[in-house]
Amino acid sequence: MANIETLVSEPEPATENPVSGIDQSRGDFSYDVKYAFDAGTGLNAATVDYISSVKKEAPWIREFRHKALKIFESKPMPTHWATKDLENIDFSKIRYYLSQGQKPKRTWDEVPDDIKKTFERLGIPEQERKFLAGVEAQFDSEAAYSNIKDIVAKQGVIFVNSTEGLREHPEIFRKFFGKVIPTGDNKFSALNSAVFSGGSFIYVPKGVKVAQPLQAYFRINAENFGQFERTLIIADEGAEVTYMEGCTAPKFSTSTLHSAVVELVALKGAKIQYITVQNWANNVFNLVTKRGVAHEEAEIKWIDCNIGSRLTMKYPGVVLKGRKARGEVISIALANDGQHQDTGAKMIHAADETTSNIVAKSISVGQGRSTYRGVVHIPKHLKGCKNNTECDALLINSNSRTDTYPAISVRGDRNYVQHEASVSRVNEEMIFYMQQRGLTEGQAMSLAVNGFINDLARQFPMEYSVELKRLIDLEMEGSVG
Amino acid sequence: MSSLVIQDLHVAIGEKEIVKGLSLTINSGEVHAVMGPNGTGKSTLAKAIAGHPDYTITQGDVLMGGESILNQEADERARAGLFLAFQYPSEIPGVSIANFLRAAVQARLAEGEELDATAYYKRLYAKMDLLKIDRKFTARSVNEGFSGGEKKRCEILQMAMLEPQFSLMDETDSGLDIDALRIVAEGVNTLRGPNLGILMITHYQRLLDYIIPDFVHVMYDGRIVKSGDKSLALELEAKGYDWVKKEFAAA
Repeated sequence: MANIETLVSEPEPATENPVSGIDQSRGDFSYDVKYAFDAGTGLNAATVDYISSVKKEAPWIREFRHKALKIFESKPMPTHWATKDLENIDFSKIRYYLSQGQKPKRTWDEVPDDIKKTFERLGIPEQERKFLAGVEAQFDSEAAYSNIKDIVAKQGVIFVNSTEGLREHPEIFRKFFGKVIPTGDNKFSALNSAVFSGGSFIYVPKGVKVAQPLQAYFRINAENFGQFERTLIIADEGAEVTYMEGCTAPKFSTSTLHSAVVELVALKGAKIQYITVQNWANNVFNLVTKRGVAHEEAEIKWIDCNIGSRLTMKYPGVVLKGRKARGEVISIALANDGQHQDTGAKMIHAADETTSNIVAKSISVGQGRSTYRGVVHIPKHLKGCKNNTECDALLINSNSRTDTYPAISVRGDRNYVQHEASVSRVNEEMIFYMQQRGLTEGQAMSLAVNGFINDLARQFPMEYSVELKRLIDLEMEGSVG
Repeated sequence: MSSLVIQDLHVAIGEKEIVKGLSLTINSGEVHAVMGPNGTGKSTLAKAIAGHPDYTITQGDVLMGGESILNQEADERARAGLFLAFQYPSEIPGVSIANFLRAAVQARLAEGEELDATAYYKRLYAKMDLLKIDRKFTARSVNEGFSGGEKKRCEILQMAMLEPQFSLMDETDSGLDIDALRIVAEGVNTLRGPNLGILMITHYQRLLDYIIPDFVHVMYDGRIVKSGDKSLALELEAKGYDWVKKEFAAA
């Protein structure tokens, strides 16, 4: 009940906003920024060398990048199963690296004014003071600011950007880097591996439970830019951490590309919760590979909320590698006019008594299109594995489209799988009923949508569920013109 | 005191005219019952007045407090003080009654004005006590999985909270057993007062045993063909609707 209250409570005044930038109109601005480092337009071996050089990387990383570039070039676009819209990405017109420098500042005072004002406008420093254990604020290719509260740092928690992680902690980084998601996993993981920059590197030592969330904020400021952050989170035995990411970009007339790779490793008994509220402007191609490995009795939970972007293709996965490991994906997608949210989940069971749970809810409005793709794999030799999958789609007006592609392969007879799917509509009678109580058509729709995702939204930290509601209100207002 | 004035109202669904020139004035404090056989346009009348988009008003006017409401959207009419208790209320999955009503109350505040949550709950609980509704009721999703009686009680609770000037009650008795009917009627009687005008649509006289109307109108083929007091309802009950059909079929 308390959580339901949260959803319908009035939006806080702007200064109270804990996770800014979710409001798309608020993210739609850009400042003229002077970039000291610019890899130019287009992608070839020289681009990779440029990025590697400015980062002063070790030879093995440079080599890793070059190999990845070759794989990227050799792989076809996955348009035989995915949307043809991918073919509209022109890799030769993208800028692959833009930054003012490679070392993030530890205090906001040191962050150059032209970048600082962006994050201030998005409310990041304020949230940091209020409820976060640490913040990384990435501006185009590099983090402009990165800091962790002393009390957390003293426990041995490492929270830096990937550039710094590679430089300062190669012994941990190299051991796990690229192991969960190999370069050749797909065309976009290969692209990221060639030109990655920014993203977070987190290590939580044995038994340390980080009480407050760590947050990263990804901001695209430049036009024709591609953002390729790389995140690696390792929770050592018995450790616990929650990571939240938010993102915005201004709406340019040309398309922007965001292609991240996120790898999670939860060692024995560890817990990682990864929360995304994706609100890119709706000209952004958002093609992201996210996967975690859960060892014995470990737990990985992805809470993935996609509201922005032109096209999102993202299927967070968990490889359940150790006995009694648990994996969960909670997915909310909202596709408005001109958007395609192609989202889902992958659960790869690789040990006995592993359990996975997928709950996906999508909302399609107007011409918006949402697609659920799920993979659940339980091989024959395992026993005592369980999967539960629920996919619910809500259609608002007759033009919207929704597709569900669940692929569940369960071998053997000692495992348990359950799958449920539903499609429902917000019908005219429901809207009229609510209007008759005094709600405008937009308010009525947003209430219907909030009701639809209510059971999932309550799993979000409170600050996020309030924001989510506010964002849905805005989207629905727009949808009825 | 205010009044809801229906003047020579004609209502069509698509090309088909359903209400064919109906006039009726309801003053605050009055309870009017509209009775008639099925398919005679009773529910159409209620929905058209409330502003349902499927119903086109082709002629006539509806005035509330002296102002025509026909140019207003359904939600504007609602905020101006018009309430429709639905015959078949919609389910709103995942939205609790408490939150739904809160949104409805909030929608009535001036822009920028914040709802006082504490005062809201205090008022909600007072109304629930008044209507003898269990506190747990409002945590449930609106109408989802409700019995017929629960749906109607939910409508009455909303009416109590939104304090309309005029309430159109569409077949409030349909689908209720005698116990549920009595409870719902008790609720309506509790809300009855000098500031509320009620138009009660019903097919059966039995509701009127519990909610005594000031006026009874017989509707047939899109018009009011006879008006009177409570005794008219009893006459209808005794004679059935056949005589109405016979007498007015030619007209």
